[in-house]
Formats: sequence, C-alpha cells, structure tokens
Amino acid sequence: MTAALRRPSLIRAGFGFLVGGALGFGLVVALRAISGLEIFQTEQTGYPHLVVPGITGPLGFLIGLGCFDYWFRWAAGRPTLPEDHSQHGASTWRDYFRFNTDHKVIGIQYIVTTFFFFLVGGLIAMLIRAELAQPGTQIVDPGVYNGLFSTHAALMIFVFVIPVFAGIANYVLPLMIGAPDMAFPRLNALSFWMLPMAGLLFMASFLVPGGAFDAGWTGYAPLSTGAPLGQSFFNLGVQFAGASSVATALNFLVTIITMRAPGMTFWRMPLLVWANLSTSLLVVAATPFIAGVQFMVLFDRVLDTNFFQAAFGGDVLSYQHIFWFYSHPAVYIMMLPGFGIVSEVISTHARKPIFGYRLMALALIGIVVLSYTVWAHHMFVSGMFSWLRVPMMITTLLIAVPTGIKIFSWLATLFDSVLHLRSTSMLFALGFIVTFVVGGISGVMLGMVPIDIHVSDTYFIVAHIHFVLFGGSVFTIFAGIYHWFPKMTGRMYDEKLGRVHFYLTLVGMLGTFIPMHWIGMEGMPRRVADYSAQFGDWNLMISVSSFILGIAQLVFMYNMVVSWRYGPRATANPWRAKTIEWQVSSPPPIFNFDEIPRVVGGPYEFGVPGARHALMGGEGEDAEHEVPAEAAGSASGEGGGTATLTRGGP
Amino acid sequence: MTRATYARLLGVMVLITIVTSIVMVNIDWNGDAASVERGPIDTLLDVMIALSAFVFAIVIVMLGYAVWKYRAKPGDESDGEPIHGNTRLEIAWTVIPTVIVLFGAVYSWIVLDDLEARADDRMPLSVTAQQYAWSFEYPEHEVDGEPLATKELHVPVDRQLEVKLTALDVLHSFWVPEWGIKRDAVPTGTGGDEVDDEFVVTPNEEGAYSLVCTELCGIGHSTMRASVVVESQEDFDAWIDEQIEAGSGGGATPTGDAGSSSGSGS
Repeated sequence: MTAALRRPSLIRAGFGFLVGGALGFGLVVALRAISGLEIFQTEQTGYPHLVVPGITGPLGFLIGLGCFDYWFRWAAGRPTLPEDHSQHGASTWRDYFRFNTDHKVIGIQYIVTTFFFFLVGGLIAMLIRAELAQPGTQIVDPGVYNGLFSTHAALMIFVFVIPVFAGIANYVLPLMIGAPDMAFPRLNALSFWMLPMAGLLFMASFLVPGGAFDAGWTGYAPLSTGAPLGQSFFNLGVQFAGASSVATALNFLVTIITMRAPGMTFWRMPLLVWANLSTSLLVVAATPFIAGVQFMVLFDRVLDTNFFQAAFGGDVLSYQHIFWFYSHPAVYIMMLPGFGIVSEVISTHARKPIFGYRLMALALIGIVVLSYTVWAHHMFVSGMFSWLRVPMMITTLLIAVPTGIKIFSWLATLFDSVLHLRSTSMLFALGFIVTFVVGGISGVMLGMVPIDIHVSDTYFIVAHIHFVLFGGSVFTIFAGIYHWFPKMTGRMYDEKLGRVHFYLTLVGMLGTFIPMHWIGMEGMPRRVADYSAQFGDWNLMISVSSFILGIAQLVFMYNMVVSWRYGPRATANPWRAKTIEWQVSSPPPIFNFDEIPRVVGGPYEFGVPGARHALMGGEGEDAEHEVPAEAAGSASGEGGGTATLTRGGP
Repeated sequence: MTRATYARLLGVMVLITIVTSIVMVNIDWNGDAASVERGPIDTLLDVMIALSAFVFAIVIVMLGYAVWKYRAKPGDESDGEPIHGNTRLEIAWTVIPTVIVLFGAVYSWIVLDDLEARADDRMPLSVTAQQYAWSFEYPEHEVDGEPLATKELHVPVDRQLEVKLTALDVLHSFWVPEWGIKRDAVPTGTGGDEVDDEFVVTPNEEGAYSLVCTELCGIGHSTMRASVVVESQEDFDAWIDEQIEAGSGGGATPTGDAGSSSGSGS
C-alpha cells in the first residue's frame, strides 16, 4: 500500500483527492472556528466547507496523479533528466489511466473522456425531451428541469465539444507537422487531467444540497449569484475546463510556431493546423474572461462581494458583457477546428487540392479577428446601451463572408473531383456543409436586430445553436473520428454501421431541430419546463426525432468499441492521403518518426504528377530530384499549371 | 463544364429559390401579428427568407451536382483535376456576399429606427417583473396620488405604448409574441441610468394575448405569464374607471387586489 502511494498512480490520485479535500475542509473549519464564526455556514450561496474542498480536492488528485512530480523535483533542485521519457507512450491499456506525456496517448485519453461526457450529456438531453414530449409535467419538476438543461449544455460545451477538438488535434497535429510530440508534453498531460475534474464537478452538482446548477450554461447574474450550492460547482468546473483549454492552446501555439518540420512554411501547413492555430489564438485571449467572470460570481456568492448585486452598486449587465466576450469567440473555438477537419476529409476523399487554400487560411484569421467584435449580438434585447447594437450587427453579419468563403471553397473543391462516398467521414463532411449552412442562415437572421428582438430567447435560438453546434461541430467531430480512426487504433471501422450512424443522425438531427425554428418564431420561449398546448404536436415530433438521434449514437459507440478491438488491421494510409500523419504506420511509432520528415510541397497535391508533400526519413536525396527546386520555394505548390500563380489575399 | 451546364445549374438554383420563396413567404412564421411593429419585422424576415433560399439553393445544387456528376466509378483510384483556385471566382465570392450582408445591415438599421420612433401621443406604462409575476402601472391614471396598479394588462388599440421596465429580483424579459417586441427587465438598484429600460410598441389588433417571460428567472419561469387585453379606447376607459374605483376603495377587491398591494404599498 505505501509503495502504491509513493509512485504516481490513480490510487495515489484518489488518496490525493481525499487529502486535498480534507485539507480544504479543515482549513475552512479551523479559520471559521478561530474567527468565532458559525462553523458550518449553510446558506444556499455559502457552504465554504464544501466549496473550498471543490478546489483543493481536484488539486490533490492532480498532485497525487503525478502531474507536478517533475516540476516539484526541478523546483526543489533535485536531479531531473531533461530527456526523461519514462512516462511516454502506452504498452498496455493501463497506461491510458495514468499521467502520460505521449501526445498520442493524451489524444485518445481526451477523445474517450469527452465522449463519455457526450454520452452523459446526451442522456440528459433524452430526459429533457421526455419531459417536453407533452405539455404539463411528465417526469421531472421545473426545478430539476432547469438543472437538466443547464448541465446538458455545460457538459456538451465545456467537456465535450471544446476539448474533443483538442483531443483530435493532440493526436494528429504533431504528426501532421512532423514533430515528435507537443512542445510541452508534461503541460499537455496536466491539461488533459484537469478536464475530468471539470466534468466531475459539473456532475457532482447533482448530489449537493439544492441540486444541480440551474441558471443555464450562461449562468446570468443575479440568478446565478443567488442560486443554490450547485452553481458554485459550475463556477469551479469552468475554472478547470478553462485552465485546461488555455494550457492546451499555448501548447498548440508553441508547437505550431516552433516545431514544424524543415520545409513546412506557414503556407504549406495543412488547413487543420491553420484551424488549430486560429482556435488557439482565440482560446488564449478569450478564455481568461469566462474564468474571471465565474470567479466574480463565486465571490459574490461565497465572499459577499458585489460585482453583480445591483442593490449594492453592482452592475448586472457587465456579467453578460464579460461572459459573451468569451462565449462568442467560444462559438468559433467550437467550429474552427471542425473547419480544419472538413478540409482534410474533403480534399482526401475528393482527390483534389483544396480550392483557394490561401484564402481558406486567411478566412480563418478573418473569423478570429471579427469574432472578438460581435459579442453584444447576444444582448440586443438585454437593455445594454443601445448604440452598441448597430455596429455589432454589422460585424456579426460580416462574419458570414469568411464563413461563406469556406463553404464555397469546399464546394468548388468537389468540382472536377473523383468523389468517394465510401468513407463515413466524407458523408459527415458533406452532411456538415448542408446542416451548417442552415445554421449559418439562421445566424445571419439572428444578427439582424429587428428579427432578433422577436426571436431572441425563444426556441429559434435553441434551433440555431443546435444547427451550428450539432450540425456544425458534432458532424465535423464524427468526420474527424472516422477519418483518423484507422490511424489512432490501427484498425478499420465498419463502414456499413458508419453509414447507418450517419443517416440516422442526419434524419434525427433534422427532425429534432428544424421544427424548433417554427415553434420559437410562433411564441415558445426557451428554457421552459412547460409550454402552451398549441406547441404540443411539434414537441412530440421533436422528442421522437431526438430519440432516433440518441439511438444513432449507440450505433456509433458499438462500431467504435467493437472495431477498436476486432476490426481488420489498417494500413498506414488507407485513404491515400498526402499529409504526413498518413506516411507513418497505423498506429504511429512511439516517437512518431525515426527521422524528422522534410516538407517539399503543399499538403493537398492530388493530381499533380510527381508532387510530394513531405519526404520521410530514409527517402533522402533520390526523391529530392523529382521535385523541381522552385516547388520547394513556392508556397503550397500553387503552380500546378493553373493560372493562379499570383493570387493574394482578399 | 461547359457554359451551358453552368446556365442550367443557375436555372435550377433560381427555380428552387422562387418555389421555396413563394411557399415560405406565404407562411406566417411569426404567428399572428397584432402590432404595428410586427409589420416591418415580418417583411424583413420575408426578404431574408428569399435571400436565404437563394444561398441554400446554391449550396444544395452545387453539392448535389458534384456528388451526382463526379462520384467515383467503382475501382477508379485516380486523382481529380489539380485545380488550386481561381482568383476571380474567389474575389467574387468574397465581394458579393459582403455587399449582400451590408445591404441586410443597412435595411435592418432602417427597420430598427422605425421600430423605435416615438409617437407624440404615446401612453406611458410601467411594467414590474419579479419571481414569478408581472405588475403594471398606469402613470396617466392616479389612485390616491399613486399611479393605478394592476396585475392584468389592458391597453387601448392603435396607441403607441412607451413601456418602462423594472425588475425587482433577477432578470426577466417582456415579450408578447404577437407584438414582436422584446426587452429584458434588469434589476438596477439605486443606479439604473446605464440600462436602456424603455421601448415602444403599438398594438393594432384587439384581442386577448399572453405576456411571456423569456429570460430564465428560476423555478417558476415557464409559468410567469400575464394576460394582456387590447381593446377599444372606450372599453379601455371603462376598465380604467372600474380599476380606479376598486383601487381607491382600498382593501382586497376582486380585480384590485393587485393594485392595492403594489400600488399603495410604496
């Protein structure tokens, strides 16, 4: 037992959790006793003896797991090995349940963990739809209902969509740029392990007095500042998810900027790399705002500060400004990596270079810049200073331009192609174009102040957000998972089940979210446990469709689990793609490359005779002669015989 | 692809756009309209539906054509044409959408200014929201020196209302779907000058409506409703007299219980 506690492990982590929690609890009790305060303060916004352990418990877990061991040793001046790879790589399944510095292991840890939260969030969605299938109360009372939709959104957004993209990129991005790992592998591992802390805090809120947080994932003050204890667990969970996000984004930025293989100029990076570069720029600058604002709410609740207490000079609306200054960019944090995935999938399965590669990359940067200037479009009816509405409307509508560029470029890529629909990833990529365009169109409508005034806070918003987050983000996530499944597991998945999953998901998705537009415009507000009888029929249809959507995900889970175990062996490059991750074995060797590849051309040179993206180790000088010298110098090999050599930005 | 193919595809797009627009514009998406403001909002929506139908038609037709035309034959493992881009096309699909969305922005701006234009004979009305009830005050009509206060909202038809919102606890939001105008009620404490808490709306159809809270405000959010009656000036005046009589009587009267609690309580 003592041996198990000396070495980093899940057992020591559990022990660390208990010790950390006990220390936090003891600290509160001791300080309150010394101060002569009532020892257990149980106002619903208080409970310091549970809130503080909510911080120290997870920190104890992370310390116990060994996330800080190397840094502690270094800080204490004890001997460390700069090239210490003892925690790198996985030889058995147990290695996935410990602190692991291999980006491939971490990528899989991320994906599996986030899909666990996806299942939990999905189950909660099923409960929500069961309750809403008929007017009146079916299975839960309004208080529980408010907790259900709040936890559904928090789990899906903070511990599924945002981090699953980090997981996919964690796995493939270093391979794509020819790097042996991420720039900061230990930070990378810490980033991952903070994530389950966030998800578990969200879920633990169901168990505390007063039930789960119920002020929506937006947690608007002052509803949130006066809400029961569960809200504090939301405040804390966001801190762990946010810290995880920021650390990962920094890691991606440094990795992308400094660790690209020789010859990989910015204009030769695959669009997935561009997408994660853009996303990371959003995360590092925007995420601290939500971390800050959730701390402000927590302080209002537990420390009696008055950030958002109007009666004491606090400013209620400033919560929304700070919240959306993060949460609008967050929409793009949840979409840009998907854009990258779709570019990879479409180019590969259409056997064509991405049409207008440079403009595609510039459009990503354009979205990054614009997305910081649109947050107040969530507040057109909030009572904020009215002059801000028109400028924010204009910037909001302008975001449709770079987004449109991407849609048109993908479509143009399909022309004169050799288009293969045999891979489920391509089905999801093409399905994404359709569903995302619908979400984009409703987004443009919502951007227009007069329309927004009518449909704001109705089911139209619920429809819109699910068309962009499910039809958008989640479709691209599935595309990515199917696309890189052979690379990650070394196995092929079952395409038949994949197609079943796709068509059921598409039908379920459309049936669930299209009618929501209609009932919203007609007068059904969102976040209601009950509604007027006139919306009954549509809601029943929505609920039935949502159950189809739920069942479809079981098909996916079955396919993934069984194929991972029993699927036929995958070759290194089953899709015959050009990017570097497909030039190594499936799954890749423990340190990715025996020799760092050399990049000699653009990433999507399909149909260009003799063109190569990268020369792998050992291919050396012979291959070099096949590539004309100017191709190595010109960006992304745009020569290609077309008349577009001098194309610049917009 | 030949020029004729492009022309045919464009024809299909236009056809889909026209058919979709005709069908969709004729549906009252926003439900029954009962205010002057709903007019320009619904028109803007119709314009957007037609524009959106065209955008959607472009995407669907291009996608459908590409999948039908360029689908790989079984066993065809060749590559597509190495086309890397086309500068003129890319400039076109950057500039044209920019122009379209800027048109949409200017149009929306004009509509917004319309919606917020103040009429000279507007009727002031104070609305107070709290968990989970609405109350209303009529500053033009006084009972014992205080504005008349009620729990039910009656307003005259065809007269612009200038609504001032107050929230006593958390955020709420005022929405009568048939009127199309929505605004959050924000708790402001002693300050409040930073919050834009006034809006105008002009009901133009007599009838009974429901005032819906659209900002999550707690457990009772979905039941936070109030009935709204839009009636002729004569009926409204009669109702006001009735309320004043009930209100000045003090105590709990059948319709004035609301009025006395918040009207004389301050």
